Amino acid sequence: MDSTVVTGSEENVWGGGNKPLGASYGKLMMWFFLVSDALTFSGLLAAYGFSRFKFIETWPIADEVFTHVPFVHGNFPMIYVAFMTLILIISSVTMVLAVDAGHRMKKNAVIWYMFLTIIGGAIFVGSQAWEWGTFIKGDFGAIETKGGRILQFVNTETGERAAIADFAKTIPSERVNHESKNGVWYYEGQALPSYSVSEVIEGFKANPNIAIRTESIVQEGENEGEKTVLSRADALAKLNNATHVVEGANLIRNEYGSRLFADFFFFITGFHGFHVTSGVVINLIIFFNVILGTYEKRGHYEMVEKVGLYWHFVDLVWVFVFTFFYLV
Amino acid sequence: MAHEHKLEIFRGLWKFKSNTQKIWGVLAFLCVVTAIEVVLGIIKPEFLLKNENAFLGLKLLNWIFIILTLVKAYYIAWDFMHLRDEKTSLRRAIVWTPIFLVAYLVFILLLEADYIYEVFRDGFVAWNF
Repeated sequence: MDSTVVTGSEENVWGGGNKPLGASYGKLMMWFFLVSDALTFSGLLAAYGFSRFKFIETWPIADEVFTHVPFVHGNFPMIYVAFMTLILIISSVTMVLAVDAGHRMKKNAVIWYMFLTIIGGAIFVGSQAWEWGTFIKGDFGAIETKGGRILQFVNTETGERAAIADFAKTIPSERVNHESKNGVWYYEGQALPSYSVSEVIEGFKANPNIAIRTESIVQEGENEGEKTVLSRADALAKLNNATHVVEGANLIRNEYGSRLFADFFFFITGFHGFHVTSGVVINLIIFFNVILGTYEKRGHYEMVEKVGLYWHFVDLVWVFVFTFFYLV
Repeated sequence: MAHEHKLEIFRGLWKFKSNTQKIWGVLAFLCVVTAIEVVLGIIKPEFLLKNENAFLGLKLLNWIFIILTLVKAYYIAWDFMHLRDEKTSLRRAIVWTPIFLVAYLVFILLLEADYIYEVFRDGFVAWNF
């Protein structure tokens, strides 16, 4: 058998000295993992595509959902995610530079580049947490109908979205939010929204400059690609079916539109964020190993290359998540 | 470990003196592509968004985004993950397996989803109320 297998070393085939395809055992296993993980993410994104094509005329418009930048007020679609993408790509670059320095056995350079990579990863995870927070909090509020569809509000004078807090009336009501300091007789029950359905409806009737926007996207004509704005009569008819006031997002309902939208957002960006977090942890372990000189003693920095592969993979997945959630 | 790096991208159009330089070159390229995506996403040219210009049920702008994404993915995998320096057989095993499976899955799921969309639109099921 030895005549057909070129090992290039004294070790035999069963001793593990063989390198199939020129890649070491560890690197090959990392690639096995990455390919299977890539298929997991593809499955999730394909499922997202499925739901989106199913509701192609009513899906939320990403530009209207992700419009915030930390510390700044105003409407800036895309800017912050673009920043996050840039951070991840740059941390990918510092990772390759660490691998490159490892090839040349420059311990201090590896330490610095690993450090920068970890910082980049931490900034990204922090940004994602902030993004989640903003998404969960919501900013305008909406009404849900019996059919589970979302009605949003616009100001017809400015053409901008109107928050329910701006026009809803305050009507005294009997139900108050239960707090644990008042006893524990009532464990289950939904938290009250800031305004009840009837308060929003009364406020809508009192403000003629507020209009209702449905989930449906206009398919042709002047306003193609925008959400449909209802006439006053249609809007009042729609409000007869109102059941909930929705503020922000959770796994059941969200103010942005289709329920599946928030579910997929939480699941896919959450799964990716989990990957980034574990990537940061693994990078940290390797970072300390480099400082301790483990790889210097071992004679090569292949471990850095292997975690590097994982880190780049995380970046690669984000490139796709960015496209399918924020751009398309 | 592949110690030898192929130091050119764009099929030899852009050559580098060292691996470090190549990394910075790829970063510059990825940044340019991302910037193009973001600018297109903000200005949204009207003719790219028209349904009548859609190709295979997808608006032209979305086609551009997806193609640019694949371009970015190519350079991340080839230069950051060093696939360019691996043996051809390993590279093909890694790349074509997911591409085949994903293309299959996406084809099936999107076709099915479009069918369900048509049932919702044309059928006698009220769902948008």
